[in-house]
Amino acid sequence: MLSEEGRAKNWAIEATGLGKEYIVGGISAPDNFKDLLVHMASAPWRRWRQLRGEVSAGQRFWALNAIDLAVPAGQVLGVIGHNGAGKSTLLKVLSRITAPTTGAVLLRGRVASLLEVGTGFHPELSGRENIYLNGAVLGMRRKDIQQSFDEIVDFSGVERFIDTPVKRYSSGMHMRLAFAVAAHLRADIMLVDEVLAVGDHAFQQRCLGKMGDVARSGRTILFVSHNMNAVQSLCTRAVRIEDGAIVDDDVPRAVTARYLSCMSAGRVEAIWAEDEAPGDEAVRLLAVRLLGEPWHAGVYGSSAPPIVEMEVLVHHAEPDLCIGFDLVTANGQAVLRTHHSDVEIEHKPAVRPGINRLRCPLPKDLLNAGIYHVCPRISVHRRYWIVEDDAAVAFELLLDHGRSPLFGTRDIERPGAISPIIEWYGA
Amino acid sequence: MTAPLPHKDRPYRRQIDGIETTMIRPQRGLSLANLAELWRFRELALVMVERDIRVRYRQTVMGVSWAIAQPIVMMVVFSIVFGRLAKVPSEGFPYPVFVYAGLLPWLLFANAVSHASNALVAQSQLVSKIYFPRLLLPLSAVGVWLMDFVIAAFVLMALMLYYGTPFSLGLLLLAPLLAGVLLAALGVGVFFSALIVSYRDFRYVVPFVIQIWMFATPVIYPLAMIPTEWQWLMHLNPMAGFVDGFRAAFLGKPLNLGALAVAAFVAALMFLVGAVYFQRAERRFADVI
Repeated sequence: MLSEEGRAKNWAIEATGLGKEYIVGGISAPDNFKDLLVHMASAPWRRWRQLRGEVSAGQRFWALNAIDLAVPAGQVLGVIGHNGAGKSTLLKVLSRITAPTTGAVLLRGRVASLLEVGTGFHPELSGRENIYLNGAVLGMRRKDIQQSFDEIVDFSGVERFIDTPVKRYSSGMHMRLAFAVAAHLRADIMLVDEVLAVGDHAFQQRCLGKMGDVARSGRTILFVSHNMNAVQSLCTRAVRIEDGAIVDDDVPRAVTARYLSCMSAGRVEAIWAEDEAPGDEAVRLLAVRLLGEPWHAGVYGSSAPPIVEMEVLVHHAEPDLCIGFDLVTANGQAVLRTHHSDVEIEHKPAVRPGINRLRCPLPKDLLNAGIYHVCPRISVHRRYWIVEDDAAVAFELLLDHGRSPLFGTRDIERPGAISPIIEWYGA
Repeated sequence: MTAPLPHKDRPYRRQIDGIETTMIRPQRGLSLANLAELWRFRELALVMVERDIRVRYRQTVMGVSWAIAQPIVMMVVFSIVFGRLAKVPSEGFPYPVFVYAGLLPWLLFANAVSHASNALVAQSQLVSKIYFPRLLLPLSAVGVWLMDFVIAAFVLMALMLYYGTPFSLGLLLLAPLLAGVLLAALGVGVFFSALIVSYRDFRYVVPFVIQIWMFATPVIYPLAMIPTEWQWLMHLNPMAGFVDGFRAAFLGKPLNLGALAVAAFVAALMFLVGAVYFQRAERRFADVI
């Protein structure tokens, strides 16, 4: 299929029939005392078989299923899809961290993968020593690191602390230094997982800028992301993965729009069972729902937009927990991000162990007409993501907050991302 | 659909039209290509050894002195318990010198095995996020103990000067003996490191094995103490040959070349078994670690 055309077109990445099978452990829990005894008695034997990988076919699943993907040299390919769809597995197979079960990949050019920033950082070592260590771990040669050392330090903005052990760094500094090293990684093919995720906005923008520079320098990039804005602005093509297969392949704008609308189409409430809810051991997102006064299901007026309710099960309350969401337009542009923790500490709604319901009334008289997706975001401030889902629920907003007949009617979308009414005055 | 890619049994990395090309395939069987990969990543191995050495004595008051604290304390304790109280013979050398010369290679072996065994799980972050030949981790875990060995060896020389034990030409044999000890240690360490990835039980087994192994090795007693008819059994333990060889090299007693050859053979065999098992297990590391 690819061969002749492929050689001519100079593919950088050529994957055919790529599959990865995982064995998922676990057996249904016993529900009476006799079964429990049997279960306990047979545990070591079961454990042994499980560890040896001898399990029945029902417990296997294909994280990647017969993926064919060809990426021409110089293309910046965005990979989207919901959590668990197989995006990370694809990256791991392409970067050789784990071997595929079927199929083959041919990579033409030096490959560098960036699944995480700061891998291999040692807390006892100084910033300077960690630059060399992390660089080497990422596959940079010592002389390459030496050459870009000043640039790395400069980019990170931690030059004053460069000889201080990184265990004394703030989490922000740690992140910036780690990203600075990663940003100076150079290879023909770069496999990048969402590494711009945490950190303050200004730094994220700088990272995106840096990514853009790399993208424009003619390298082939495979970029896995939940950030639809980034995919649209950086990538020249996007694919969507669902259940281990590529289900959409087009220009980024089209793929992201179709993805978001299919994720949350017509859904005003998303509920997860506790054992499959997004999150980690400390915090789980049980539900996102739209409250308020819709005109009819899922349709609101801009003068009374929905109240977003997030139901969160907390086992362990981190003080820096940020619970919130991104409000994203139908074509993937983020309009705003909001967290329950954005306000002054004394006004922050308390989050306690147990089930918490947090409500966010979206601002009145501000948003433009259009379809909006609510993408939940829960993180420990500047440290790591707990939930970073794509669209959970969606609603349509009609413009009705105009106070003047000249403002517009409910059928019209005004130009601009938002449509506030601004009080003019004569000079 | 016909396979569009060149038929190849295994993954490879090579130059095609001047472009570095990597082929990823399901992994089956063993491959010498992995050795080439290991060589390609030698710089990373050195960086890891350097990291271990730098980190080793950070934020300690005594610093590098810790490298000699372990053998010296053990020497003192053994000299009192076994030398003085139990009156274990020491082949005509002062017992402290005798036992220290045995402890030197033994501690290198024991520490190397225990750290190589835990190298993969201790750095699971690297295994699940970065590609490199996994063998690199247990291999480079040994480096830092080599440094400790060199430092501790100077203490032995000081000890010999103090007790007036003459230096001999046997010292020239240290390099091949050291290679033998490392080969045996890596064989065991690499084997356990792969085992521990799947079965964490072995984390608790390794310290046991090492402890029992020490008593099966003539560290605190001379090899000659074993009845002649049982000596062949000792040869199956390569550390017995090497520890005895180290004493011969340092203290200038006659070498048992036959025993050393057997020890070298067994050590090489252990390394081979360890490396082969490691390669077979390697493909599932990232999935189960």
